[in-house]
Amino acid sequence: MSYLEYHVKYVPTGLRKVLYLNWFLVLLLTAVACMGFLMLYSVAGGSMEPWAAPQMKRFALGMALMFAIAMVPIWFWRNMAGLGYIISLVLLVLVEFIGATGMGAQRWIDLGFIRLQPSELSKITLVMILAAYYDWLDIKKVSRPFWVLLPIILILLPTALVLKQPDLGTAILLLMGGGAIMFLAGVSLWYFGIVFSAGIGLVTSVFMSRGTDWQLLKDYQYRRIDTFLDPSTDPLGAGYHITQSKIALGSGGWTGRGFMQGTQSRLNFLPEKQTDFIFTTLAEELGFLGGASLLALYVLILAFCIAAALQNKDRFSSLLILGVAITFFLFFAVNMSMVMGLAPVVGVPLPLVSYGGSAMLVLLVGFGLVQSAHVHRARQKR
Amino acid sequence: MKRSPIDTEKSARGITRRGLFLGGLQVSFAAILVGRMRFMQVDQTEEYRTLAEENRIKFELIPPSRGLIHDRNGQLIAGNEQNYRIVLVREDAGDPARVLNRLRKIVWIDDDEVARILDEMKRRSSFVPVTVADRVAWSEVAEVAVNAPVLPGITPEVGLSRIYPRSADFAHVVGYVGPVSDYDLDKLEDPNPLLQIPRFQIGKSGVEAKLEMPLRGAAGTREVEVNAMGREMRELGRAEGQAGDNIQLTVNADLQAYVQARMARESAAAVVMDTQTGDLLAIGSAPSFDPNKFVRGISSTDYNALLNDPYRPLAAKPAQGTYPPGSVFKMVTALAALEEGVISPGETVQCYGHLEVHKRRFHCWKRAGHGKVDLTKSLRESCDVYYYDIAQRVGIEKIAAMARRLGLGERHDLPLSAVAEGLIPDKAWKRQARGADWVIGDSLNAGIGQGFVLTSPLQLAVMTARIATGQAIAPRLVRAINGVEQPIRNDGLLGIGAQNLGLIRQGMYQVVNAKRGTGGRSKIVADGLRMAGKTGTSQVRNITKAERARGVSRNEDLPWNRRDHALFVCYAPAEAPRYAVSVVVEHGGGGSTAAAPIARDILLQTIYDGPPPLEAYPSSQRGTIRSRQRDVEELLRRPPVERFVDGSDRA
Repeated sequence: MSYLEYHVKYVPTGLRKVLYLNWFLVLLLTAVACMGFLMLYSVAGGSMEPWAAPQMKRFALGMALMFAIAMVPIWFWRNMAGLGYIISLVLLVLVEFIGATGMGAQRWIDLGFIRLQPSELSKITLVMILAAYYDWLDIKKVSRPFWVLLPIILILLPTALVLKQPDLGTAILLLMGGGAIMFLAGVSLWYFGIVFSAGIGLVTSVFMSRGTDWQLLKDYQYRRIDTFLDPSTDPLGAGYHITQSKIALGSGGWTGRGFMQGTQSRLNFLPEKQTDFIFTTLAEELGFLGGASLLALYVLILAFCIAAALQNKDRFSSLLILGVAITFFLFFAVNMSMVMGLAPVVGVPLPLVSYGGSAMLVLLVGFGLVQSAHVHRARQKR
Repeated sequence: MKRSPIDTEKSARGITRRGLFLGGLQVSFAAILVGRMRFMQVDQTEEYRTLAEENRIKFELIPPSRGLIHDRNGQLIAGNEQNYRIVLVREDAGDPARVLNRLRKIVWIDDDEVARILDEMKRRSSFVPVTVADRVAWSEVAEVAVNAPVLPGITPEVGLSRIYPRSADFAHVVGYVGPVSDYDLDKLEDPNPLLQIPRFQIGKSGVEAKLEMPLRGAAGTREVEVNAMGREMRELGRAEGQAGDNIQLTVNADLQAYVQARMARESAAAVVMDTQTGDLLAIGSAPSFDPNKFVRGISSTDYNALLNDPYRPLAAKPAQGTYPPGSVFKMVTALAALEEGVISPGETVQCYGHLEVHKRRFHCWKRAGHGKVDLTKSLRESCDVYYYDIAQRVGIEKIAAMARRLGLGERHDLPLSAVAEGLIPDKAWKRQARGADWVIGDSLNAGIGQGFVLTSPLQLAVMTARIATGQAIAPRLVRAINGVEQPIRNDGLLGIGAQNLGLIRQGMYQVVNAKRGTGGRSKIVADGLRMAGKTGTSQVRNITKAERARGVSRNEDLPWNRRDHALFVCYAPAEAPRYAVSVVVEHGGGGSTAAAPIARDILLQTIYDGPPPLEAYPSSQRGTIRSRQRDVEELLRRPPVERFVDGSDRA
């Protein structure tokens, strides 16, 4: 749709836009974030410092950013997609040279007020560029090989850079998120069949390459896979994370040990208790009911996004909304599978709950785009 | 781009279809997650909770304080001292090397030790305290405490460690403690977890080892919550342990000190026993060593010096050492003969200086012979021929039986390391041990306490006490455990005729008090404190023919380690025996010259419970006695470890 089309239909202007925001979504995001604050307060031993307070500030900043983005018409953001994509690629290259190292991987650039992780940013810019690409592309050409190859390159560029860091979690998220948008845009199912078989081939070669000069993953990544497959082989070493995580989670029971009563997390048996493993603390202290509630909130967020996408007749908007939703889904699905011992330990935070600035800001920026698309969708003039 | 309405519709339909499909997948996956969560949290929760408890709770043992050991008058023999050590916690120190350098201005730590400490710190978690100095003096601890602000991470800690305030005096009685070794752990069937505590001390020898169980006490436990790094977060519970039982010995610490000092220049053993109760008042073994050195970990130089000393300071001579008793054994032979009626008191034997049996000549110590010898004279002048004669008549079996009745050849039940059984030979023994038949010569040798006979100074003291009282009194070393008096073991009368015992006592009285008595130079002249005794000189080996040819006939001409052992047993007062004493001076020469004076001094010291008045000694000897008393007093003023003169100073 072009600017002209918006004219013939009704689109709210000025401050009236605020009324057209998807307020349920705002409410759900806030609810999830509040559970995060509670847990960060708890793992700090009943203290706002060092995690809960900064997290609240970031959430406030992120919400402000979300509203600001929502006020700007969606076609502006569509025009920004290419620029955003290029910026994130440049940052990913830059981080290789001037990035700070954490957990054995080069991941962030310290901007003073925030540690920017370009890999997080690329999750949103990739969604934007793909949505813009399929908005621009003639629908009839969607499944033609050349036009399929282009988005694949768009996906693989940031994925390769992220993998180089090496950040396996983000790489998986980028691949799966990008693939999901291609699927939504209507790319023929044959391609997915081919990619699926190729994926199996890749997994095989990853394992085959182990121990050779051209091995594809770092040793610690192999070890993580090993211990995922059989955590008991190394209970005090690499399997420690998974074992301790399962113990904490399992000991929660129906209603949990009670807020601030989780022994495993408070006593540091849990690794990275404030970041990637925060769900175990939540599950230990609030039990099955607490964990299931958080999951329910997540599913509701997904539902609202899908509903918003289906209402929206603009191709860029729908693809963007669904892309953000899938990214969001992948975040919590990978994280929870990891802490429950269903997936290897890869560094993926629990969205809006784990302590960490980049992931939260990027997600809220994504939801800002969702809101913008929602507010500026074409409506029939009444 | 500009799209036709048809394309827009088509796009929307495609996205709706595939979007709903993906949404369905997402919700299904969320359902799987919920299912997994339910399985872990509801179905398996018990299992995980158990694992969680194991994770977080740690039991720690609190070592009990070891029981104290006192002498009969309540003087401390083995106690526990506060042991100050200085520990450094890396995370509080900031830069451990800098803090250590400052600490070294106060406490001596050598360079190797500093390297070891820094290395250990690197290996351990930052919050684990590492010991940087052990056994630090209180003054240094105080100085460290005052300088605490510039010594971050440094804290003095207090633990208990064994101390023997009387050091060398009781080294062979009380023994010493030391850290638990793997060897100790192997020996035990059920190793107490307490023994795994680092620096935990257990008894290694003497009373400390034999009464380890009551002395040790029971450990307390502390239940602490720990985090994943093992750092203690808080204490959940505490059960205090029980301190070990205090033990009171029968020994008199001051007398023991005197005995040790009196024998300082010899390689000797002495036992003082109460004839009424069997209480061992002193168990001297000279030379001795400082048990505190073993507690702290003795240096190999010091240890080798102890091992290589020909006077064998490490040997516990009174109970563990066995010696041929020599003439001291003659009371046994005489009693056996009297009881069997083989001889009568008035019967005499002619001594020509030797006795020929089966063409073999058995010499009397007095080459010229004693002439006509009756029982009393035989003891007084220690005639060997008399005993050859009666031993031959009464036979070894009766002699051995009498010896056993008097407490020889018996392993007395005392909490000391390696109490020796000694050896009282008989026909069965010889056949079994030597594979040979008993010959008459063996009886003759045994009759004068030579040959196969071996006894410990402790056994000789018991024998003396039994002869003096006629009671089967047993020695006692532990007076009370935890305030509970230990029984006196006295099996009643020995069953030896009172008249026969009286004859023996009379002979022993004459040994010291009669004109020609072998122990005449060691008499006591104080009224009512007369002493009865018996000298003994036992050959370590015969003087060889070659030596005799070279003109060696006297003991003094032989090298020290081949000279005769000097023995003396005695009791006093002769009229109403209270104390029995036995003394063995290794390679001391004659019993009358080397052992008897020591025994008399010890006996008088025991009776007077302190230095005896000079009037107790014969007037002609008082000058020498006075100078010897001064000598011993001077020694007693020194710390116990320094009382022993080392080998090079010995005459």
